[in-house]
Amino acid sequence: MPTGEAATDIQPHSGASSVSYVGATKRYGDSELAAVDDLTLEVPAGEICVLVGPSGCGKTTAMRMVNRTVEMSAGDILVGGESVRSKDAAQLRREIGYVIQQIGLFPHRTITENIGTVPQLLGWKRDRIRARSAELLALVGLDPDLGDRYPAQLSGGQQQRVGVARALVADPLVMLMDEPFGAIDPINRERLQNEFLRLQAQVRKTVLFVTHDIDEAIKMGDRIAVMREGGRVEQYATPAELLMAPANEFVEDFVGADRALKRLALMRVSDIDLWEAPLATVGQPTAELRAKLDAPDVEVPYPLLVDDQRRPLGWLSERDLAAPTVPERPDSPLGPVLDRDDVMRDALADMLQGGAQYAAVTDAGGAVVGVLSVEIISEFLVSSAAKVDEHPAVERPLGAEGSDD
Amino acid sequence: MTSPTVFAAVGEVGKDFFKERTTDTLPCQSTDKLFCWDWARENFDRYETPLRQHVELVLISVAIGFAIAFALALLSHRHRWLRPPFLLGTGVLYTIPSIAFFFLLLPLTGRGRDTAIIALSAYTLQIIYRNTIIGLDNVSKSAVEAARGIGMTDRQILWKVEIPLARPEIFAGLQIATVSTVAIATLATFARGGGLGEPIFGGELGIDFKTNIIIAGGLAVLLAAAFGLLLLWLQRLVTPWRRVETE
Amino acid sequence: MSGLLSQLPFASIDGAIEFIFEPQYSNVTGGNKVGGIDKVVELTINQLQVTVISLAIALAVALPFALYLGHKHKFETLAIAFGNAGRGIPELALIAFMAAAIGVGLLNVAIALAVLGIPPILTNTFVGIHQVDRAAVDAARGMGMTEFEILRKVEIPLAIPTLMGGIRGATIAIVATATIAPLAGYETLGDFIINENVYGENGVLAGAILVALLALALELALAGIQRLLTSPGLKPRPA
Ligand SMILES: Nc1ncnc2c1ncn2[C@@H]1O[C@H](COP(=O)(O)OP(=O)(O)O)[C@@H](O)[C@H]1O
Ligand SMILES: [Mg+2]
Repeated sequence: MPTGEAATDIQPHSGASSVSYVGATKRYGDSELAAVDDLTLEVPAGEICVLVGPSGCGKTTAMRMVNRTVEMSAGDILVGGESVRSKDAAQLRREIGYVIQQIGLFPHRTITENIGTVPQLLGWKRDRIRARSAELLALVGLDPDLGDRYPAQLSGGQQQRVGVARALVADPLVMLMDEPFGAIDPINRERLQNEFLRLQAQVRKTVLFVTHDIDEAIKMGDRIAVMREGGRVEQYATPAELLMAPANEFVEDFVGADRALKRLALMRVSDIDLWEAPLATVGQPTAELRAKLDAPDVEVPYPLLVDDQRRPLGWLSERDLAAPTVPERPDSPLGPVLDRDDVMRDALADMLQGGAQYAAVTDAGGAVVGVLSVEIISEFLVSSAAKVDEHPAVERPLGAEGSDD
Repeated sequence: MTSPTVFAAVGEVGKDFFKERTTDTLPCQSTDKLFCWDWARENFDRYETPLRQHVELVLISVAIGFAIAFALALLSHRHRWLRPPFLLGTGVLYTIPSIAFFFLLLPLTGRGRDTAIIALSAYTLQIIYRNTIIGLDNVSKSAVEAARGIGMTDRQILWKVEIPLARPEIFAGLQIATVSTVAIATLATFARGGGLGEPIFGGELGIDFKTNIIIAGGLAVLLAAAFGLLLLWLQRLVTPWRRVETE
Repeated sequence: MSGLLSQLPFASIDGAIEFIFEPQYSNVTGGNKVGGIDKVVELTINQLQVTVISLAIALAVALPFALYLGHKHKFETLAIAFGNAGRGIPELALIAFMAAAIGVGLLNVAIALAVLGIPPILTNTFVGIHQVDRAAVDAARGMGMTEFEILRKVEIPLAIPTLMGGIRGATIAIVATATIAPLAGYETLGDFIINENVYGENGVLAGAILVALLALALELALAGIQRLLTSPGLKPRPA
């Protein structure tokens, strides 16, 4: 059961519901402008949907309408196909995990008691709550011995891990996370982001994740909704689509001029067409290699020395080629070797750090599958940057630069 | 039988008789009226001396209480280990009911105004002490650091930075202490210390004469309100930066 | 020390202690002895009784209001001003007036005393609930606690130190003023103090000692209760 009534263990994949906004609107008081105006958005079950946009654009409002801590003025939201209004608010909220930036742990309760809050409301037995708490502490990467401590005895990062555990405890259908890592120092934030992604790969919840940080959105999101004032969605797309094809100037501005570089974070080396270098083996006559290098369509002007299993050994220089046969020890060092599954941004960093123009790319077995060159990457960047340049900065409307915070 | 009629007749007569006497002949205090305006007009000067005594009791007690509590606060600001004993000591004095305190002093100082003042001052210590140390604690560390940075000595920092910045809390404490003391000083009459309790308990008017109670009690309430507002105004006067913030 | 004191003209500790344990001759009772441990116990129980009843009345009146307003964050200025104004109520006038207006006896005195207890309870409870970390309340609501559960499981436990401060203040004010309850026809330990002509100087001092001890004992008991009710998570601890 998704509510955890019958669950005794962690049950990955056991419960996740889609979330559909259907013209959801929120007007605070009798304000003229709606904080969220006629929002329609479909979040598939088991995905992380990031709501991103400048401060005050209505992200929090949009998110909080799901668990009705903000009541809609018009429209509807369906969780698993059922209107959030069809249930008692408290009942609804017990099935939805809730994580906020200020964490909001209860200082008068131990960590175990904090995590056990919803189970207690659901009437679980004490032993079961204890066991489940310990399980979740481990799941979020905390020592289960911390269970008997009080929140004041934990660091900020540890506290937010507890916040995530508390939200996951009753195996919710949906998780709402409002800038959950926003108040945490950069190093710990990155760690928490990675841990959450690892966790999500296990539990596969539907997550609504609010942030004003586009980098966090790109990192965390399966889908990203870029919002502007009034909760209007300017673009709803995967991170890659967002970076490759921003729907309009607002999105482009928000994503930033360095979006091409950001795209490298999304790509793996195998996603790009690699070059081929002439392969050489020890003892091979150099004349063969020189012939290959003279061919008109040659991509890499240096032969790559490999062993009998195609594992790279080094690059051959002009002097090596002057000898009649390929020597055992090539003149130039091998330089960086990349895995085809490496993230492109890391690959570029490796090459720049090694001062290398070319890097051999290998498969999981270590065999050469191609060569990555700085030129390929820069061509890719130039072609992306060209799109950015279609909208010169001077023409951008004033104030459109994501006025975060 | 005849008794019901008789009873009714007597009742009727009695009622008229009583009514006539209450409005004209009887002195006001033997009636059941809430407030006798005529009596109040004629007798208001009875309250002048008690009021003056009351003001004196309050001013002297709060002044002494302030001097002691402030000194204790500064002392324990410098030497923090003094705080627990000071808090405990002033807490005990605060807890002992004033009326008991008056008579605990009986073997030492007997009865009279001095006894009342000692007890009332003792009562104010906790409130003023607490507020002063809270005020000093609340002074931002950066202000103190800045003062040290421009070469102020500890003594200069205390008097030119910390105490001025702690004024809101200090005045709040002074206000609470003063208002409370106005109220409690009505009990000073038990120690023969005078004040507005005197006409209620010590005078010849009787403790059930409501007009008297209302005038004496009302004067005490007005006095408390006046002191309260005066201190509020003084607090705003000495913390001009707060007004800027809120306006 | 007590030897020196007993030579002073007013009253003596020795005399007061004697008065507490053994009935003494009085100038006005025509040979009947006054004071003594039985009387002390009786009056102590009386004073405790009126204090407890009065505190219960004050709590019954002030708590619901304060909890509601604090939870809703409504009327902050009013709630705080009320508490400060409450300190200005002159005890003697209050007791005398209430006795004259509503009558004498245990319940009437308890009601009059409750007037003194209401402001501190109301203000402190309000402030305690009002200042609870909004994030904790938001989290509680988001997890599906009902408003009543939020109050009971989050706000009240977090407000305990402030809330108990109000109850302690109210108790001190009530037990202190219960001392003058005999003026309103209800005998408490204050009888020894007020009726000096009956009990003598030693009786007055004995009354003062007993009242002071009673107040301190109540304060100590409430401080103990507060300790028990306060979660260890709220206590300052070395980092
Ligand atoms: N409780 C509220 N009452 C009135 N206005 C509000 C309230 N909460 C948010 N707003 C307004 O609604 C708009 C959207 O706010 P919010 O959803 O918090 O934005 P975000 O989370 O994107 O920063 C803002 O203009 C904000 O001032
Ligand atoms: Mg927000």
